[in-house]
Amino acid sequence: MSEKEEPRIGVFICHCGTNIAGVVDVKQVVDFTSKQPNVVFATDYTYMCSDPGQALIKDSIKEHKLNRVVVAACSPRMHEPTFRKTCQEAGLNPYLFEMANIREQCCWVHMGEPEKATEKAKALVKAALAKASLLEPLTPMEFNVERSALIIGGGIAGIQAALDLANAGFHVYLVEKEPSIGGHMAQLDKTFPTLDCSACILTPKMVDVGRHPNITLLTYCEAQEVEGFIGNFKVKILRKARYVDEKACTGCGVCAQKCPVKVPSEFDLGLGMRKAIYIPFPQSVPITHTIDKENCLYFTRGVCKVCEKFCPAKAIRFDQQDETIELKVGIIINATGYDLFNAKKLPQYGYGKYKNVITGLEFERLVNASGPTGGKIVRPSDGKTPKSVAFIQCIGSRDEHHGVPYCSRICCMASLKHAHQVKEKIPGAEVCVFYIDLRCFGKGYEEFLVRVQDEGIRLVRGKVSEIYENPETGNLRLRLEDTLLGEVMETEFELVVLAVALVPRAEAPALQTLLKVSRGADGFFLEAHPKLRPVETHIPGIFICGCAQGPKDIPDTVAQASAAAAQAAIPLSQGKVTAEPLTAYVLEDYCSGCGVCEAICPYKAIELKEVEEGKRRAEVNEALCQGCGLCGAACPSKAIVLRGFTEPQLMSQIEALSSV
Amino acid sequence: MRGWKLVAEEFTPKIIGFTCNWCTYAAADLAGTSRMQYPPNLRLVRVMCSGRVSPEFVLKAFQLGADGVFIGGCHLGDCHYIHGNFKAITRYYLLKKMLQQFGIEPERVRFNFISAAEGEAFTQAVKDFTEQLKRLGPLRPSGGEGSGEA
Repeated sequence: MSEKEEPRIGVFICHCGTNIAGVVDVKQVVDFTSKQPNVVFATDYTYMCSDPGQALIKDSIKEHKLNRVVVAACSPRMHEPTFRKTCQEAGLNPYLFEMANIREQCCWVHMGEPEKATEKAKALVKAALAKASLLEPLTPMEFNVERSALIIGGGIAGIQAALDLANAGFHVYLVEKEPSIGGHMAQLDKTFPTLDCSACILTPKMVDVGRHPNITLLTYCEAQEVEGFIGNFKVKILRKARYVDEKACTGCGVCAQKCPVKVPSEFDLGLGMRKAIYIPFPQSVPITHTIDKENCLYFTRGVCKVCEKFCPAKAIRFDQQDETIELKVGIIINATGYDLFNAKKLPQYGYGKYKNVITGLEFERLVNASGPTGGKIVRPSDGKTPKSVAFIQCIGSRDEHHGVPYCSRICCMASLKHAHQVKEKIPGAEVCVFYIDLRCFGKGYEEFLVRVQDEGIRLVRGKVSEIYENPETGNLRLRLEDTLLGEVMETEFELVVLAVALVPRAEAPALQTLLKVSRGADGFFLEAHPKLRPVETHIPGIFICGCAQGPKDIPDTVAQASAAAAQAAIPLSQGKVTAEPLTAYVLEDYCSGCGVCEAICPYKAIELKEVEEGKRRAEVNEALCQGCGLCGAACPSKAIVLRGFTEPQLMSQIEALSSV
Repeated sequence: MRGWKLVAEEFTPKIIGFTCNWCTYAAADLAGTSRMQYPPNLRLVRVMCSGRVSPEFVLKAFQLGADGVFIGGCHLGDCHYIHGNFKAITRYYLLKKMLQQFGIEPERVRFNFISAAEGEAFTQAVKDFTEQLKRLGPLRPSGGEGSGEA
């Protein structure tokens, strides 16, 4: 189709049953439309989006030799893709189609004013006609896709997504900032509601990742730079020096045995100790040891090197340097997980002040057989077994003023599981859960609640207002109102466990800048659509899963990770992607090379190129351009044109809307 | 609504709106889906980003008889195009200053951050703006003294 051809527009006005026709006088709009310039055919139909409706469009395109189509119906956000396809099937370029939104933005919002709604519908159709006359045929661009994936975060979400993609035959780079993969799940003892041992179900997957031929495991690494677009991301990864040769280290652990420096273990949340050369936990993948430079005697005082002396594999490399790895990947999955709310922000609970107030995750380490106490539940203050344990829910969660407004979703079940574990390990212990609401919504969760109630766990509805310590015994007195009995009460427990909220990673803002993705008001990464595109982001080729997107339990995380892998596999298996052609281009003759567009472009898609000496011109990389149009609005010479939203097109719409 | 009808015969301001495809246009759709009602004097032009709205579009609308121009974009920090709405809002404040020099009351152009989930906020913005424009009266780009309240 030639651009210079006279527009022959066909207009199709939809009744949408009685949705539109019940308010707008459709016949009047058809009459009005048929008198407009360039309109060669105008009609109406009950449901334009139905098969017969689409057939009507296709037949009319052929019969009346239409070269532009306007459908006045619902929102283009709803059916624009449908009708574009219809046009395409009839041999018309799909970008020669325009829609007038006379349902959502007209008849549904002016139901009591049919006459004015009809007038408005005419104006909206006229605007669509004006734009349609100026439309140009466009062709979607096609790019090749690098058949490999980058997954950021090696928790259960990243592990699951990596295994799924690797098993589907794609190469995966799994980046984890800690020395081992495993994430928070590796720190857990049991998993609710089945009470599977967390390590028993996680470590086989970790081992699978470690030895999978399609997975390059990059632990103790961080993504530093991300450039490019779907199919063609260029990523720079910082590999932090661990001062141990990954290939040579056999993980025998002799170095850690001999190392004289003891520091609190991050993995055990400071409840246990580790050496300055260490693996975070016994099942670490990779098993490669890491020297903690901050605490190593050789690095701090220049003496020691005991590990080097005893290492049977000669794997110690004190001269190792940080290095940068460059990767090319087709897609990126963000599986960076969560942080825990800092309970010290709520001083009324005494966390950090009273030794026997701990968090749920600390409890997990206490109750874990490979934890610092060998699985014995003891009080941090005196090492005694507590005879009474209180669990307090919603620490930070559902608290707009001092914490976060949302529900962290996992804490009710986690505390019920902990309560069960106390009953199991300390027979006769008094166990009490203080809650606002118990939210046991998952499969088998309600049954688990009933089970622990049968075990004699007390559930008290009421939020604890204050905790204070008896300094002699280290016991804790809780003050609260039992809101079911309507009584203010004060009770004493030997150990208190706080169910703290799940919050976005502290690194989330930096990662947001790196990936150019959005975050929601809660600070978690935002999906492209809360219901229909739950694992995609607004940036094509970047996906999210797990708690990076919001608090969720392990089943949901794994399901979402697999979903992200499945979505990511689409461009990877196709080997190419098509992109909307609604991008910007430069009219070279108008461009003065001022560079305003280059500075304003959010995607670095515009670059000034020297065309001849002293003469610079802007150039748009259409693969990077997302079609926002910032450049077009900013260009002082009107040298940048945004396809599909050109200045003449928008001006014609303004004119048409003003005229009716 | 009723209040609006009572005075509608006196003066109905014409409003041209520019809304970004991702947030405010979607909010307008949501207002429709939820059958929220607002005055029929607003006509929207869909752009991909509020940052696409050139001041010339606004001036053109005034030139062609609009009494008010509405611009809607994503909340700051939520822009589909990273920071397009920041550019839009900066331009908006500049434009307001410029309008004053033209003798057009700066209140005749309005910018709202409305997310795709805020159909109610969109409806309210249209109602409020309509009321405001009614108080200002028809656009008389000379001294901006024309007030509909007299």
